Amino acid sequence: MATVSEPGAAIYQTEALIASDIEAYLDQHQHKTMLRFITCGSVDDGKSTLIGRLLYDSKMIFEDQLTALEADSKKVGTQGAEIDFALLVDGLAAEREQGITIDVAYRFFNTEKRKFIVADCPGREQYTRNMVTGASTADLAVNKMDLIGYDQARYDEIVADYAAFAGSIGIAAFTALPISGFKGDNITAPSANTAGYAGPSLIAHLETVDVNTAVDAQKPLRLPVQWVNWPNLDFRGFSGLIATGTVESGDAVRVLPSGKTSTVSRIVTLDGDLAEAVAGQSVTLCFADEIDCSRGDVIAAADAPPEVADQFEATVVWMADEALIPGRVYWLKCGTQTVSATVREPKYTINVNTLEHMACKTLELNAIGVAELSTDRAIAFEAYAQSRTLGGFILIDKITNATVATGMLHFSLRRAQNVHWQATDVTREAHARLKRQKPAVVWFTGLSGSGKSTIANIVERKLHAEGKHTFLLDGDNVRHGLNKDLGFTEADRIENIRRVGEVAKLMTDAGLIVLTAFISPFRAERDMVRTMMGEGDFIEVYVDTPLEEAERRDVEGLYKKARSGTLRNFTGIDSPYEAPEASEIRVNTLNETPEDAADRILARIIGEWSPTI
Amino acid sequence: MTAKLTHLQRLEAEAIHIMREVVAEATKPVMMHSVGKDSAVMLHLARKAFYPSPPPFPLLHVDMTWKFKDMYALRDSVTALTGMELIVHQNAEARERGINPFDHGALHTDMWKTEGLKQALDLHGFDAAFGGARRDEEKSRAKERIFSFRTASHGWDPKNQRPELWNLYNARKNRNEGIRVFPISNWTELDIWQYIHLNDVPIVPLYFAAIRPTYEWEGQLFMADVFERLEKVLGYRPEISERSVRFRTLGCFPLTGAVTSTAATLPEVIQETLLTTTSERQGRMIDKDAGGAGMEVKKQQGYF
Repeated sequence: MATVSEPGAAIYQTEALIASDIEAYLDQHQHKTMLRFITCGSVDDGKSTLIGRLLYDSKMIFEDQLTALEADSKKVGTQGAEIDFALLVDGLAAEREQGITIDVAYRFFNTEKRKFIVADCPGREQYTRNMVTGASTADLAVNKMDLIGYDQARYDEIVADYAAFAGSIGIAAFTALPISGFKGDNITAPSANTAGYAGPSLIAHLETVDVNTAVDAQKPLRLPVQWVNWPNLDFRGFSGLIATGTVESGDAVRVLPSGKTSTVSRIVTLDGDLAEAVAGQSVTLCFADEIDCSRGDVIAAADAPPEVADQFEATVVWMADEALIPGRVYWLKCGTQTVSATVREPKYTINVNTLEHMACKTLELNAIGVAELSTDRAIAFEAYAQSRTLGGFILIDKITNATVATGMLHFSLRRAQNVHWQATDVTREAHARLKRQKPAVVWFTGLSGSGKSTIANIVERKLHAEGKHTFLLDGDNVRHGLNKDLGFTEADRIENIRRVGEVAKLMTDAGLIVLTAFISPFRAERDMVRTMMGEGDFIEVYVDTPLEEAERRDVEGLYKKARSGTLRNFTGIDSPYEAPEASEIRVNTLNETPEDAADRILARIIGEWSPTI
Repeated sequence: MTAKLTHLQRLEAEAIHIMREVVAEATKPVMMHSVGKDSAVMLHLARKAFYPSPPPFPLLHVDMTWKFKDMYALRDSVTALTGMELIVHQNAEARERGINPFDHGALHTDMWKTEGLKQALDLHGFDAAFGGARRDEEKSRAKERIFSFRTASHGWDPKNQRPELWNLYNARKNRNEGIRVFPISNWTELDIWQYIHLNDVPIVPLYFAAIRPTYEWEGQLFMADVFERLEKVLGYRPEISERSVRFRTLGCFPLTGAVTSTAATLPEVIQETLLTTTSERQGRMIDKDAGGAGMEVKKQQGYF
């Protein structure tokens, strides 16, 4: 093993104990706690070098790895003839070639008191999402700052500046240490080069710093249900990781969002039932009563349940190349709950250097902002400051499945808390029964000039002749009134469709068969409307006229304007159209007359719905 | 009281949480099983995660046909214990072409293991595969997410990994994409040994020292496990001597070097592991390919 001369090196591993009494060593190791920390800081401040030094000093580097490191240092190192410790953590070929950190590296070491997992995070802004990945699981951050020689006055100045900055962003406690990752000063033992410093070495500090995980156990019980364990009719258990609190057999619990209550009858594990389990453990609970409980629900202390809401204020960190589109529907995952969610136009973004709030319309890659968001159904949550598990969330693009953002919930918005659904006596079903029909939305989508309005108009005429109560919502007409404040940007187009969807839904509640004729170019928004309606109440009709044909017809002369550049954001020209992948009906106007298409649609509507009413 | 959870208890809870997330969100998960000590721990964790149900996915052994006899025996006995289905896949093409570790070197691993794994995943339509890789094993593993996404052709793109926040995993994927999931990413070799020790996890006896028939080949010590087969492929009769040896990792017997040792109990093995001067993967030939970036390149090609 590599020889290390530092006097403090003995605190890492007790080789003598390992050699003389392995059982005693194992017992000591078994009872160690764990600290996860990250190293962060600006580009080239020596974060990777510091970790390399910790691994080297803690003898976590074996001879074969050291031989490889020495050879690599000569070949691609940045420290001349000396060992370049950064090469120990920059493990990707691209990182070693460029001498930079691109993604998080996780490394491990032990001392007598603790086991450490350290995430070496990139400092470059373009890799912020990787830094955030490393930071999210950490108990502590080591902010490595640039070298200043061994100048005491300069060091004091930096510490004072940092104290002021930390205070302004709400960091109550921090510890400053003068260290050199490259030379090893104050890493494991006091250094002669920093005479003005009498505090602990970095390792001594990491070993004793309070990680405060005990606080999690003192909070009320929260267990997000991951999976229902149901091997046979005699056993039904609910599996998950206890986020906060403790649970004992006999405890009264409440399942959210439903609010149903029961008591815990068993805490089941392979090694036998437990009397008690605490935050941080993965368990399976059984209840005394048969109540509904499934993945996404949260099991909580009956007398101290978390809030349930569908509108929130949150900090959002945008991590995708394509900017946030306010109003677009994303998947939101929080705990084990996955729901549809939209983000409103942000209130502001935060300049990470000056902490200034700046007005903005959207969030670009790596931007941090505060915005309101709403979900399509209520979820159990807590403020992030209270619970990482029930306050942290990610947003997922519904088409690409990429994780586009992460965020932290602050609080629910009052309007969600205080506005309740008012039950009315004349129900949707009663309205429909009077009209002797089953309400529905027939949603026409397609390029401008594809024939949507023409066909929809014929369908409505035929339905009317059959004695059906209908209404046709036309794109152009709606923009003269309800949506006259909206333009044709992506965000405005989404809001246009959202409002039309809501209006169509109200009309179906009144018992009508609603026909809509909108370009509705984005798949995500059409799906949003589909999910607003009941199962089978949404019929998508894709009027599939090729762009060349629609442009040839150019009934309103719009394509000509778009081609000449006088009309911007025109679908098919400089704004995309996302064709449906599985529409209920597809019409090809090159092979079918509007009249024939209308008959086919009518047959589908009448055939599918009428006889049941 | 959380503070009293030891690091091993936290690691166990994390691994169980990950396995349950995959089962809840993936369409057809599978657990890769190599019969080594990491696979043994993975299997034990799977039993814990879903008890009293059996783990709700099959085990997949991509068989390179050169494993030690003891490994095949343990594989069959533990599978019976768990009540899981065992799928054994051998790459038919590699078998037809007689690909072996002596004549074909790296191609042996590539054909039997990498291609074999890809074939098996495609054949059964598995969309999520658990693997027992650990971040302390190798430098590109240290960079990998717990949920590692692979393209339809099974490739890994290390420069474009999904962000992974808290313990909130995005398991959504496009059709034909797959996920490799590594529940014991944050465990070290010592953690694995200690867990086996504390939980009496059954492992292959080859990890413990015993007098075994060995021969030297290209500067390393190997065990002559199926001697007739060895002689046939080598084309000569290697000089066999009886030595007290054991193995730190187990792969194909002609590719996995033995170390001389007298450590016959688990604490002795752990003791030796802690006092050794070389890394666990030192006996593995795979890492040394492609100028030190061997593992990263193999993963880009679809290795687990």
